[in-house]
Amino acid sequence: MTKVTMTVNGKAQTRDVPDTTLLSDFLREELRLTGTHVGCDTSQCGACVVHVDGRAVKACTALAVALDGAEVTTIEGVAQGKELHPMQVAFNDHHGLQCGFCTPGMIMTGIDMVERYKASGLPLTEEAIRHELEGNICRCTGYHNIVRAIEDAAQKMQAAPAAAAE
Amino acid sequence: MTDGIGARAKRKEDRRFTTGKGKYTDDIRVENQAYAAFVRCPVAHARINGIDASAALAMEGVIAVHTGPELKADGIGDLIAGWAITSKDGSPMKTGVWSPLVTEYGRYVGDAIAIVVAETQAQARAAAEAVEVDFEELPAVVVADKALEEGAAQVHENVPGNLIYTWELGDEARTDAAMANASHVTELDIVNNRLSPNAMEPRSAVAVYDEAEDHYTLYTTSQNPHVARLVLSAFYNVAPEHKLRVIAPDVGGGFGSKIYIYPEEIACLWASMKTGRSVKWTSERGEAFLTDAHGRDHVTKAKMGFDNEGRIVAFHVDTIANLGAYASLFATVTPTYLYGTLWSGQYDIPAIYGTVRAVHTNTVPVDAYRGAGRPEATYMIERMMEVAAREMRMDPAELRRRNFIREFPYQTQVILAYDSGDFDAILDKAQKAADVAGFPERRAEAEARGKLRGLGYSTFIEACGLAPSAAVGSLGAGVGLWESAEVRVNPVGTVEILTGAHSHGQGHETTFAQLVSDRFGVPIDNVQIVHGDTDKVQFGMGTYGSRSGPVGMSAVMKALDKVEAKAKKIAAHTLEASEDDLVIENGEVKVAGTDRKMGWHEVALAAYTAHNLPEGLEPGLKEGAFFDPVNFSFPSGALICEVEVDPETGVTEVVQFTAADDFGTIINPMIVEGQVHGGVTQGIGQALLERVVYDEDGQLVTGSYMDYCMPRADDVPSYVLDHHSTPSPNNPLGLKGCGEAGAIGAPPAVINAITDAIGTDDLQMPATPMAVWQALAWARSPVAAE
Amino acid sequence: MYPTTYHKPASLSDAAAALSASDEAMVLAGGQTLLPTMKQRLASPSALVDIRAIPELRGITVSGATVTIGAATTHAEVAGHQGVQQTIPALACLAAGIGDPAVRHMGTIGGSVANNDPAADYPAAVLGLGATVVTSTREIAADDFFEGMFATALEEGEIITAIRFEAPKRAAYMKFRNPASRYAIVGVFVAETAAGVRVAVTGAGADGVFRHSGMEEALSASFAPEAVDGCEVGEGDMAADIHASAPYRAHLVKVMARRAVAGAV
Ligand SMILES: Cc1cc2nc3c(=O)[nH]c(=O)nc-3n(C[C@H](O)[C@H](O)[C@H](O)COP(=O)(O)OP(=O)(O)OC[C@H]3O[C@@H](n4cnc5c(N)ncnc54)[C@H](O)[C@@H]3O)c2cc1C
Ligand code: FES
Ligand code: FES
Repeated sequence: MTKVTMTVNGKAQTRDVPDTTLLSDFLREELRLTGTHVGCDTSQCGACVVHVDGRAVKACTALAVALDGAEVTTIEGVAQGKELHPMQVAFNDHHGLQCGFCTPGMIMTGIDMVERYKASGLPLTEEAIRHELEGNICRCTGYHNIVRAIEDAAQKMQAAPAAAAE
Repeated sequence: MTDGIGARAKRKEDRRFTTGKGKYTDDIRVENQAYAAFVRCPVAHARINGIDASAALAMEGVIAVHTGPELKADGIGDLIAGWAITSKDGSPMKTGVWSPLVTEYGRYVGDAIAIVVAETQAQARAAAEAVEVDFEELPAVVVADKALEEGAAQVHENVPGNLIYTWELGDEARTDAAMANASHVTELDIVNNRLSPNAMEPRSAVAVYDEAEDHYTLYTTSQNPHVARLVLSAFYNVAPEHKLRVIAPDVGGGFGSKIYIYPEEIACLWASMKTGRSVKWTSERGEAFLTDAHGRDHVTKAKMGFDNEGRIVAFHVDTIANLGAYASLFATVTPTYLYGTLWSGQYDIPAIYGTVRAVHTNTVPVDAYRGAGRPEATYMIERMMEVAAREMRMDPAELRRRNFIREFPYQTQVILAYDSGDFDAILDKAQKAADVAGFPERRAEAEARGKLRGLGYSTFIEACGLAPSAAVGSLGAGVGLWESAEVRVNPVGTVEILTGAHSHGQGHETTFAQLVSDRFGVPIDNVQIVHGDTDKVQFGMGTYGSRSGPVGMSAVMKALDKVEAKAKKIAAHTLEASEDDLVIENGEVKVAGTDRKMGWHEVALAAYTAHNLPEGLEPGLKEGAFFDPVNFSFPSGALICEVEVDPETGVTEVVQFTAADDFGTIINPMIVEGQVHGGVTQGIGQALLERVVYDEDGQLVTGSYMDYCMPRADDVPSYVLDHHSTPSPNNPLGLKGCGEAGAIGAPPAVINAITDAIGTDDLQMPATPMAVWQALAWARSPVAAE
Repeated sequence: MYPTTYHKPASLSDAAAALSASDEAMVLAGGQTLLPTMKQRLASPSALVDIRAIPELRGITVSGATVTIGAATTHAEVAGHQGVQQTIPALACLAAGIGDPAVRHMGTIGGSVANNDPAADYPAAVLGLGATVVTSTREIAADDFFEGMFATALEEGEIITAIRFEAPKRAAYMKFRNPASRYAIVGVFVAETAAGVRVAVTGAGADGVFRHSGMEEALSASFAPEAVDGCEVGEGDMAADIHASAPYRAHLVKVMARRAVAGAV
């Protein structure tokens, strides 16, 4: 058992966990933040994507003990109180989800990609979005409306200052 | 704001999913919870001589290890096939015995041998590895046609030659005679590849046994919790129905794979009683590949005869269907009544005959997967049409048009009577939307870039709304396939709909609410949909076969009719008017042509205060209904796929995909489009990427996403959709069902496009880069040219 | 996952000590290979020594034509680094094509090179550019480093600290991805360096990354796509699996090589 302290969705959290605890288990089982999903065991589906120190990371492929001191944002932490993040709104507006299982990972990946493209000044084209979604599998939507949602959110986020996104 | 039928209402359920507040089975934690893991058969076929759990039982946290013989001794029943098929010689089908935990033989890699219960998931998994199984490996058979060969390994003693049934449909003599007179005959060998459904949420179960009440609760990833309860009670003897509550909370996709009740759920319930602990099991993805029912897996020889004007005169089918080691719930009906009855496609075919031989092999059970039987039929027919057109040097669209059915209802030669359709109109729409006229130019432009461009069609019809009960009963179904609904109007006018349909991505919380909104003018936010809990909803058959709309919504409509009638009685009494003069509009009950009216909420309140009701009328406003349709509904569509093939590498890119569908009435176009996007993507996945591979010994080669290729965002294009509706006369809303159409229609469109591009029809699914490269190399080799 | 203990040393010497303290200890870098392997219970290190907090293992320095990348530098950092993009664009491009964004945020160059997965991308660049693998104890030339699939010249307890690249005149990497895993079925790195043309092939070989001398000679004579056409790629040396047979891989090696030459900058 090792003591781990992380800031999760803005709140400091300390737990004693086995060294083998994955970040996904830490979030789901220790903090009961069950919005972070686990859809595979080979680090490929992206249902578990969260932000660690501002970057998209697969929570199933990171050890909790290695993230002592880290800032973690999960799907539960992207809305500002009752006000949803533009990416969340866009997924609803464009029907970017069906069963919802991949959705947390898609939204976290979507926010990350928009922020990175914004910072680099590169255009986030449809082709780029599809390429950026390489690590996120959705079985329901056929991606069409996920792409629409991210395109739309990107426009809205372009207008907003970067910090508001996290 | 009201969102009636036809509105693009945004989904009410999205808020919880986009904020991470969905509640899936694995998110549930109950009191006294322990975890289960399964000991599984490591080889494809084995005799189990003994199980030594002593080392496992000594490990930290381990509570119990239970095996098949113990389960049998407790009277837990074997898993059943829900549909009895009769062979053409009149004999009943023969299927192997499927015990939830193996008693004597393991018959596929992953077959459950024992359940281990421990304090933590990690402890359970570690202990499962420590259980020692003494087994003797036996010869195995994995491939469908090999299973029928002389001397093939026998999967079950009571199924000689591994043959479950030889089923036939149609008129053999007439078909043979017509074929003999045909002026052109097209023959094709077709493989329908084996698929893994891969709902993104892995299966999961939480079983809770309450000793004081002798009562069980099962939270599970199910598309049909009531059916689960029924079979768990009636066939698996877990507990009588009133002692078992099944809850399917948010379910992360199903596609068929969560219809079935698997050994794991049964074992968890039983283990919960044995151990006095709540038992939770969640599948790992690797375990899902090993145990979730697979889909398709047919090999077929098909023959189609044409007259000299290109009209089909005869169609002959010979299929072998691999059902895997055991006959799962819908396994026996999928390659028969869900397949053969669609052999006529959109075409007027005067003579059809086919046989289907279903076999056992040492592989995971194969069952219905999105489309179930209809994709297999469609792929075969639509490949035949394209190949025939090429052989006869006809335009493939023109050949189809020459054979289209144009009068409805149309009685096919294979049982079904089609309800409605306008195949010319949807093909026109698809051709226009796909700009087929501009294709030659696009092809030339691609060629200049060194790419081979091809265009392929698929004009399909399918049968949805699995029902009617009497008809399916006469064909061997073990259950009736009606649906139920209850409409509860609360005293404040808000509404609860209880439905036996189950939503696992289909958006019922929105579309079912739209029906109420349309009828009574209440905002959809004032309508709550209750589903997925056997304690709350009396009974229902669940969601599969695109039946929630045609059957489930129809039941809601019937209940709404009753509520409306009663509400009008109450309002008429209060307003001193005749019921016949009342109309309900914008949330008000009005006397037509006057300004006399009551708010909907006032009517509801009046029903519950009961201070002033018409004489003899019961208080309250709540009605239930069961709906059993008179026939299936028949969605149809025209799909056009355009691909570009890189001849150097064999890589195919789907550059354009157009779908024009006829789903009858559309409740919410946004949701229907989403269903098409998802279905088409699964179809493209089957055509280009996906396949389950077992090696010769029956070990699963494609056991993870490292080898089983799921469609990703960059494998598919944005889609072009259009529609043309001919409402179904078979249900009150005119719905036809849209959940499976994409997966049913897309594969042949893709393969027809690739074969058009590369100039050879010698290509099977999935058309991987290597397969396409090989087909091209073969077609261009001097041997093939001769 | 089997139990293990986690260590996060702040210096190379502490890391070396932690590694030698436990019999089956392993270095943990980005964890994008090791953790999935452990999750599937295919690896069971007794201890994990996380090297990401060791300052000298992180970061990229570009001095003239020399690019030195700390072992714990992530794929995303390499892909997005202006100096790398300008000096060895093929390397930045290769890094940008590894896995997916989340994997690139965590996975490291040192981990990829140490692991020497036969389908990994970086080994092709390291071998193709004739880079130097710098470790806690020595410097190893790329030609001496890769010893067949999953095997390298690294001794027990030896830690890669950096990879040092010399900029080529021009280079390119062409990858034919496995449609399922997205690793390389065939990846060809072609570089025209001061010491001649180097062609390194990953994904295809039955025994991991290798150099193709036939193509190197042909391209040294004429650095043009057509030069590849006459070369032999032995099917016998190729790997085979459900995604690609040996003949198909052999064919793809030439196609990717030709495209790499055509795209070299
Ligand atoms: C979904 C997915 C897709 C991927 N796709 C690709 C792809 O397309 N191409 C590709 O090349 N790779 C791919 N990878 C692998 C990825 O690039 C890994 O990041 C990389 O192979 C290993 O780097 P790591 O830092 O994660 O190492 P780790 O996983 O931490 O370690 C890997 C191995 O290297 C050892 N090791 C690590 N660092 C050192 C060091 N400095 N010195 C000595 N030994 C060390 C470890 O002990 C371990 O044995 C993919 C991974 C995933 C999960
Ligand atoms: S659960 Fe993390 S990638 Fe699948
Ligand atoms: S919405 Fe179901 S997996 Fe994406």
